Amino acid sequence: MAVEQPPAGEQTRIHNIGYRSYDGPRLGRAYARRSLYSQSLRGAWGLGRSAKSKVLPMLLLVVMCVPAAIMVAVTVATKAKDLPVDYTRYAIIMQAVISLYIASQAPQAVSRDLRFKTVPLYFSRPIETADYVRAKYAALSSALFILTAAPLLVLYIGALLAKLDFADQTKGFAEGLVSVALLSLLFAGIGLVIAAVTPRRGFGIAAVIAVLVISYGAVSTLQAIADAQGTTGAIPWIGLFSPITLIDGVQSAFLGATSAAPGGIAPGTAAGIVHVLVVVGLVAAAYGLLLRRYRKVGL
Amino acid sequence: MYDPTVARLTYRALLGRRRALILGALPLLLIVIAVAVRALSGADDQTAVNVLGGFALATMVPIIGVIAGTGAIGPEIDDGSVVYLLSKPLKRPVIVFTKLIVAIAVTMVFSAVPTLVAGLILNGNGQRIAVAYTVAALVASIAYAALFLLLGTVSRHAVVFGLVYALVWEALFGSLVSGARTLSVQQWSLAVAHRVAGGDLVTSDVGLPTATVLLVLVTVLATWYAGRKLRGLTLAGEE
Repeated sequence: MAVEQPPAGEQTRIHNIGYRSYDGPRLGRAYARRSLYSQSLRGAWGLGRSAKSKVLPMLLLVVMCVPAAIMVAVTVATKAKDLPVDYTRYAIIMQAVISLYIASQAPQAVSRDLRFKTVPLYFSRPIETADYVRAKYAALSSALFILTAAPLLVLYIGALLAKLDFADQTKGFAEGLVSVALLSLLFAGIGLVIAAVTPRRGFGIAAVIAVLVISYGAVSTLQAIADAQGTTGAIPWIGLFSPITLIDGVQSAFLGATSAAPGGIAPGTAAGIVHVLVVVGLVAAAYGLLLRRYRKVGL
Repeated sequence: MYDPTVARLTYRALLGRRRALILGALPLLLIVIAVAVRALSGADDQTAVNVLGGFALATMVPIIGVIAGTGAIGPEIDDGSVVYLLSKPLKRPVIVFTKLIVAIAVTMVFSAVPTLVAGLILNGNGQRIAVAYTVAALVASIAYAALFLLLGTVSRHAVVFGLVYALVWEALFGSLVSGARTLSVQQWSLAVAHRVAGGDLVTSDVGLPTATVLLVLVTVLATWYAGRKLRGLTLAGEE
């Protein structure tokens, strides 16, 4: 039995059901970039995410600050003339904690976007590759700066409470802040470049930590051997090959820190300038590599 | 107890190109350092101990253990494809045991072999240092692989916890609190190395009987519990 065909033509009609285009204010590219920055920064501390993902960053922050609080307590109790640890040395001592933080949060910031293929969605907003990279880079650097500057702030407030010399402490605190700002930029760059290559979070963590720890392990082993051999001139130059000794070289050359390298050998002015150039070069290279990485992702 | 198909799949997952890259880079770096040190300073027993103990056993072996141990099962649980493996007519302990064997083999190949080569380059096995550290790396490989495989089944953040153990517990607390050294795979394996080397160059804080008992205990318990854990595995969604 044939299906009865409805007569065409008569009943087709276009209804106007009242769709309207948006004519409110458009917040634009800068707003989108700012939002991405603040969301990434909050994400790096687990805010706005599940309770489980808050545990690790907060725990690391506590671990970072507790030794500073203990040092302050000791200084106040014993009425010492100076803090037991320099502001610039603190981050070097706690480098394992800093490495763990950057290793756990850098993949969190970029790998999940890659894995769930949400990167194209970002670029469907009015932001461009450079905005995404800048927002993520700035967010992770800021998060790292919070982690490294918080214990310095604890030390500084404690030093003032213990009535240590104000001018001396302020100078040390300022030098410490400059050094951890450099450290944050460098570590965030290294972490992001490695994490942006892999969509797998676990692998990203292992890769970041391997680069940071292995390079430090190799460099400090070589430095110890150079120290034992008496070829102390080589020690600052060996330090160029791992991020933390690089920062140590910069701050002991220009920021009045005593070097953490074996024998306490600080780089001279020429070696110090090379250290600064390498830091700047690495940060620029990280930014450039990230731009290249995201130029055609997921499209 | 050993299933060749599971083993083949695990090898493929572990030695995929990027993992193989990082697994291969570490031993290569060790050998480059060994060559550089030998060229700069000549053969010296204390230097060899510093490099092998400070870099190879303390840093390289745990990191390779973390990558191989958690990598053997972690990613599969993470992306949910482990259900296809678990739905096959295989006992869960068989799966765990097979993956453990593969993880141990990979850790051994990428940590013990380069340790031996580096030791031979550094001082040509003087005072049996190279062999002692190779044995230590072999022993540590077994315990690390079992421990981190267990972590892989227990937690989605296995890599982080594994690294916290390897870096914070063994390196940081181990150097500050001497009691922490008793509970450290590194010290247990050093106890074995001490026995092999014989001299006083390689030392450990733990006696050989204690170390052996603890090593066997940790390996067996970790493997057993990982098998148990896999029997009642719940696949968590993305956080």
